[in-house]
Amino acid sequence: MTGVIYEDASCVYPGAERPAVDKLNLDIQDGEFLVLVGPSGCGKSTSLRMLAGLEEVTAGTIRIGERDVTHLPPKDRDIAMVFQNYALYPHMTVAENMGFALKIAGVPKTEIRQKVEDAAKLLELTEYLGRKPKALSGGQRQRVAMGRAIVREPKVFLMDEPLSNLDAKLRVQTRTQIASLQRRLGITTVYVTHDQVEAMTMGDRVAVLKDGLLQQCDTPRHMYEKPANVFVAGFIGSPAMNLIEAPIVEGGVAFDGTVVPVDRDSLGQASSRGESSVTLGVRPESFDLTSDGTGIAVIVNVVEELGADAFAYGTAKVGGGDVDVIVRVDARNTPAKGETLHFLPKPGETHIFSTVSGDRLSQ
Amino acid sequence: MSTPAEVVSPINTGPTGSAVKAVRRSFASPLASVLVILLTVLWTVPTFGLFIASFRPSGASATSGWWTAFAHPQLTLSNYNTVLFHSANFGTSGGIMPFLVNSLAITIPATLFPLSIAAMAAYVLAWVKFRGSDALFFFIFALQVVPLQLALVPLLQLFSGGAHIGTIALIPALNVSGTYVSLWTAHTMFALPLAIYLLHNFIAQIPRDLIEAGLVDGASHFRVFRTIILPLATPALAAFAIFQFLWVWNDLLVGLTFAGGSQAVEPLTVRLSQMVGSFGGRWELLTAGAFIAIIVPLAVFFSLQRYFVRGLLAGSVKG
Repeated sequence: MTGVIYEDASCVYPGAERPAVDKLNLDIQDGEFLVLVGPSGCGKSTSLRMLAGLEEVTAGTIRIGERDVTHLPPKDRDIAMVFQNYALYPHMTVAENMGFALKIAGVPKTEIRQKVEDAAKLLELTEYLGRKPKALSGGQRQRVAMGRAIVREPKVFLMDEPLSNLDAKLRVQTRTQIASLQRRLGITTVYVTHDQVEAMTMGDRVAVLKDGLLQQCDTPRHMYEKPANVFVAGFIGSPAMNLIEAPIVEGGVAFDGTVVPVDRDSLGQASSRGESSVTLGVRPESFDLTSDGTGIAVIVNVVEELGADAFAYGTAKVGGGDVDVIVRVDARNTPAKGETLHFLPKPGETHIFSTVSGDRLSQ
Repeated sequence: MSTPAEVVSPINTGPTGSAVKAVRRSFASPLASVLVILLTVLWTVPTFGLFIASFRPSGASATSGWWTAFAHPQLTLSNYNTVLFHSANFGTSGGIMPFLVNSLAITIPATLFPLSIAAMAAYVLAWVKFRGSDALFFFIFALQVVPLQLALVPLLQLFSGGAHIGTIALIPALNVSGTYVSLWTAHTMFALPLAIYLLHNFIAQIPRDLIEAGLVDGASHFRVFRTIILPLATPALAAFAIFQFLWVWNDLLVGLTFAGGSQAVEPLTVRLSQMVGSFGGRWELLTAGAFIAIIVPLAVFFSLQRYFVRGLLAGSVKG
């Protein structure tokens, strides 16, 4: 069993007022692919580097398997890391790069060669083993960095935005390769990215961080369907969920000219706290076009056609002010710019958040 | 009068850019080229004169200028032969050859010692975080302002008598005065502040991720230093090696202070300076001796020059 456990792990940089990572609690199962995601500066990389031993843990503990590694140097942790910029040793060949860790561990030469060749075959690097990193393309360098990690058969893989330097197409392709490779090897992996699409597609579970605080850690599906707060709701999903602050009225929340019916219990919770408005969250695909003029009136500003889907960006009116709304529309029958359409959220697909605290109120 | 807007605009990089260009253009002009060539010739002529003189027989040197050698070519290698092996007036019977060996025996260790110590110190100061590392670095950096002449007498005292407070011996008498050890130590000490500063700046620019990758791969700091830092720092190491070699090779003061008078240790420079006194009249031997002293640093320079490689880091991190 080599899971990873963060227990109230914090990291405060010297001279900083706020901790970069604040009491992080995560329980990562053996063989699990956990993705840490969040906007830049949220502490996701710091969390990873704390696990690697490259950043000091100022409070709390980190365990790999049964072992407390909180204050161990990186070399004693049996981890492998893939860096954002690959960090290949420029003066060594691909084979030497991949075998470096084994050489340090004192593995016999023939065994190193065997393992490096196996890994190279897996990553289609066999013909490049004799080359130096500078003679490789970006994608090949990325694979060498992966290879350097997998030859070691470590307890944990750490990946710090390994795809962010690849072009868009290669990124999508490599994303799938890494995910399937990880499932095949069954090695516990912690993966850091700022790209929520990567997080959703790769992770067994996704942990969203903001300002050093863990917002939610859940399976991609569950996180998409039940975001724990406004931040997660807005961060996960593309295009982002519509988050509209609307006053509570009898039977729902009020838009100008219409009332959108929502879950009574959550409105009750908000009212009992003395709040007169809530934040209504509706995903772009959760809107139904109504033909009889009922529902929220949206004036279309822009239509983005993506082929399979089309998204209409428009404005609706709440309490006299304009709010931006994104709605998925039929790709073969897109509205014209300036047109006014009426939409209602699908029943059961609305999310209610407290406007004051940002927490989820609906079930 | 130029408008104020043109003068104070901080964002506009135009003026500086065009100034650089203007300077570059003026250097590229034919007039500048002629000037540079003229200066080069002026600078080189005396050395060239010495070089010619070193090949002229003693009689010719004494009676006519070196330039007359072009009109009446009368060249010989006997000066070199005499000065290297035969001249009995150097205190030894073998010419300056033993002192050439002394110079090498002083210079090579006095280059390698500071180089290896400074490289390690630079790595630690740049990459191993410990309390007070910045203060220590600034302290070492500040040591450069201390002129080495200031340390000569205390060092001499330390080498011969040790260091004492009252009757308590902090360092016992080392009894190394007049040996190679004293010269190596002195040169190493004098070189370290600059060496650490230069190498620190270079090593600190090696991408952090490379060192972290090494540490995560299971390497100790020493292993990272040896297998990653040293190969990547070769250009800086070579630069400093050349610099230090030339410095020690050409040094007269330290050699004279710590080895003056003991002929088994004395470097070539010390002997040559005494030749000026005893051979003031014998030009041809002096010039030959000087040229022998020049050949070694030239050889070192050209053999280490190939380590000045650009782009050692290519391919390691994003790019």
